[in-house]
Amino acid sequence: MAKTQGSALDRKKLLGDPIMVTTIVVLITFLTLFILYPLAILLVDSFVGDSGFSFSVFKRIFDMPSFTRAITNTLKVGFVVGIFSSLLGLLFAYVEVYVRLNKLVGGLFKVVSMLPVVSPPFVLSLSMIMLFGKAGVITRFLLGIYDNNVYGYWGIVVVQTLTFFPVCYMMLKGLLKNIDPSLEEAARDMGASRWKVFADVTLPLLLPGIGNAFLVTFIESIADFANPMLIGGSYDTLATTIYLQITGAYDKAGAAAMAVVLLCITLLMFAVQKYVLEAKTAATLTGKASRARMLIEDKSVKIPLTVFCSLGAAFVILMYICVPIGACFPTWGYKFFPLTGKWFSLVFTRYHGLKAFKDSFVLSLIASPITALLSMIISYLVVKRKFKAKGFIEAVSMLAMAVPGTVLGVGYIRGFSGGLFHTGLLQGLYGTGAILIIVFVVRSLPTGTRSGISALRQIDKSIEESAYDMGANSLKVFTSVTLPLIKDSFLSGLVTAFVRSITAISAIILLVTPSYLLITVQINEFAEKGSYSLACAFATILILITYGAVLLMNLFIKFFGTSRKQKEE
Amino acid sequence: MSDMRAKQPKGVKLDHISKIYQDPKTGKNFYAVKDCNLEIKPGEFVTLLGPSGCGKTTTLRMVAGFESPDEGEIYLGGEPINALTPNKRDTAMVFQSYALFPHYNVYDNVAYGLKLRKVPAHEIKRRVTEILSLVELSGMEQRMTNQLSGGQQQRVALARALVVEPGVLLFDEPLSNLDAKLRVQMRTEIRRIQQALGITAIYVTHDQSEAMSISDRIIVMKGGVIAQMGSPHEIYYKPVSEFVADFIGECNFLHGQAVAADGEAVKVSVDGHEVVVATDKRPAAGEDCEIVLRPEAIQIADQGQLPCKVELSCFMGSYQNYHVRVGDTLVKITDNCPINKKVFAVGDQAFISFEKECAHLL
Repeated sequence: MAKTQGSALDRKKLLGDPIMVTTIVVLITFLTLFILYPLAILLVDSFVGDSGFSFSVFKRIFDMPSFTRAITNTLKVGFVVGIFSSLLGLLFAYVEVYVRLNKLVGGLFKVVSMLPVVSPPFVLSLSMIMLFGKAGVITRFLLGIYDNNVYGYWGIVVVQTLTFFPVCYMMLKGLLKNIDPSLEEAARDMGASRWKVFADVTLPLLLPGIGNAFLVTFIESIADFANPMLIGGSYDTLATTIYLQITGAYDKAGAAAMAVVLLCITLLMFAVQKYVLEAKTAATLTGKASRARMLIEDKSVKIPLTVFCSLGAAFVILMYICVPIGACFPTWGYKFFPLTGKWFSLVFTRYHGLKAFKDSFVLSLIASPITALLSMIISYLVVKRKFKAKGFIEAVSMLAMAVPGTVLGVGYIRGFSGGLFHTGLLQGLYGTGAILIIVFVVRSLPTGTRSGISALRQIDKSIEESAYDMGANSLKVFTSVTLPLIKDSFLSGLVTAFVRSITAISAIILLVTPSYLLITVQINEFAEKGSYSLACAFATILILITYGAVLLMNLFIKFFGTSRKQKEE
Repeated sequence: MSDMRAKQPKGVKLDHISKIYQDPKTGKNFYAVKDCNLEIKPGEFVTLLGPSGCGKTTTLRMVAGFESPDEGEIYLGGEPINALTPNKRDTAMVFQSYALFPHYNVYDNVAYGLKLRKVPAHEIKRRVTEILSLVELSGMEQRMTNQLSGGQQQRVALARALVVEPGVLLFDEPLSNLDAKLRVQMRTEIRRIQQALGITAIYVTHDQSEAMSISDRIIVMKGGVIAQMGSPHEIYYKPVSEFVADFIGECNFLHGQAVAADGEAVKVSVDGHEVVVATDKRPAAGEDCEIVLRPEAIQIADQGQLPCKVELSCFMGSYQNYHVRVGDTLVKITDNCPINKKVFAVGDQAFISFEKECAHLL
């Protein structure tokens, strides 16, 4: 019994479809060249020196106390942030799903869940320094504390927790909504107290989901570059150590080896998260809620929880508001009033703000349609078609999700500064805007692909089959049926890619050349120099741009989205 | 309507077709369809009938081109089509879920295939209008598909497949999402349209009454293999196996031993009582036989061929439903028009009898 004829025919049919073949070949080339190759070159470079294969580079970096310290620091921060974020996220999710909220609190929650989407990565570090630092508004001027040190371990933990917990909150909220209320009612009916119900029913069902949220945050935390850079002070994590190894010590081989170590850690976490916890989460919580949940009205539960969460949410929002306000202080640390617009004008008159915004804007604008289209094509191939290389395409695009930006940046330096495999081939790419665009694309591809895949899974396979059967070729099926049906997902992918690109820093900061000024890099630079007002002014405008993009997308979907009309029926 | 007859209905030939799948749990290969041979004449309506997992849908999808056969060759109008992709094949499929394009209205859905074939606009308009009136959807052109009822969606799917005048029309359980009453109405309609256009059709279903009422020929499949093919009449009255007999409608099996055969009928002894079954088979005396009896072919009365005891007697309106025990065997009887007959009660002793032409020997 052999499947040879069937497989041969499948191959023949595929080859008889030149559009499909070209698409697949182009995709594989792109993924290999810009995701696999930079990572491979890191491995090669850190093992193969002038004297052939050796562990000498690794031996050297592991002998550096600063490096081993960075590993423990990173893991320690990641672990603590993971726990804090998932607990805080759980609390918020629980309150939202189980407790009757009034409109105001509900609104606060909504804003909090939106913030991490539109904000640049280091906004919270900036406001943390401005509110609680040595010359912080709260510490120094309200409380009269003159030597509060926000830099270091606790600074990173607080800032990262506040940055990442909304992600946990969104994840856990979805899971909690899927718990069938009758399970809990059954326990309550048999005499369990509310706390007992939570401990015996809700929590066990949710446990894999919490573990999942924990690991996702853990990975985000160890891959995070911007926050440790700004608020870490002398407390270095792997991402910042690698950056300094390249920009400070000019030790590219060492940085490559360090990047390999960081990559191994994240890959391991990612594998556990993806294959163990995600599967478990899906297995325990597949049920749909059979009917609406009876919300908790009990004042002794409702009031403390609501008050606590509202204060928390308000605090997070305050931290974000602090950035635009900080940009309006005449002299930060000395003179707060009257508020002024001078920093904003300085951004444009003296500090090349216009060029920075133009560069960031244009590069991101080019990257986002490429990303959106690529991710839709990948999701289409993965969900709807069968061919040999499909596994490869899916695996590599998912792999990109686990690669920290810093690692990718180092990989690009090693892989492209001397051309492919240091041969000079394709050397022209390095230092151009094109490579920045490619990095933007690669960094946003996994998110886009994931949302595309889930959108496509909703569409009955036979709709495309019927178009194919009526005589449409692959391209026609994709453009006339698939794409119109996932228009909303495509649009939001477009905006997400744009927002992610324009706020990206970790990989970009290693690759950008003086001919391109990027906003995020400027913010980082001014914050490093202590020009917080300028950094805030840049960041404020950046937030406005991203928020504007999201608003625009929502408007667009409202007026042109097709699937909404269909859902209403 | 004469100008709307299918341009060229094509014949389909499956020549030793097999499809092998891998069991996702054990990793072992197994035959989803095994050595399937079938010749369908142009204009013929053939139904693939069987329980789920019997390979009928896989067979249909191989004809459409969505699956590639692992053995054998498929011919459409005499041409081998194994290597053709679905869009290059002269087939059109009506899907179980209708698979209408939700972003198009009725007109654009039906016109889709014609546009792909670069038919001139006025010609498209004429043909779409014509086909929509054939499926009785005139005036619905501008409706979006989600504004249609299930039956109307089904008609759009049918119109969309018919309008391209395919060499063969493929149906993948098209009526299974409709309610019972609509199902009956639609199958009559499908048959009417197929006859009017003279188109070749392959129809997949697991509903035996649907298969019976719609087809020229039924192919019963089981476990990837063709169990029997024949006209609905043959399949119903002359099943070749217990499986086919049981799958096609309600059925009773009486076990006995052959007494004598003359090439036209066989005498069989059931629990010591002799009955006669018309057949050209010649089983040897004493050989074990299985008699197939449809519930409606049996009479129950105070006298008859075989004694029995009534275990269930239930008034169903148009008939009286009995379960009786003949020896060790449970026999189901539907006794039509009970109003002018004796009705037996549970526990009564009675006799059953049947005409020799109404019984069948396996």
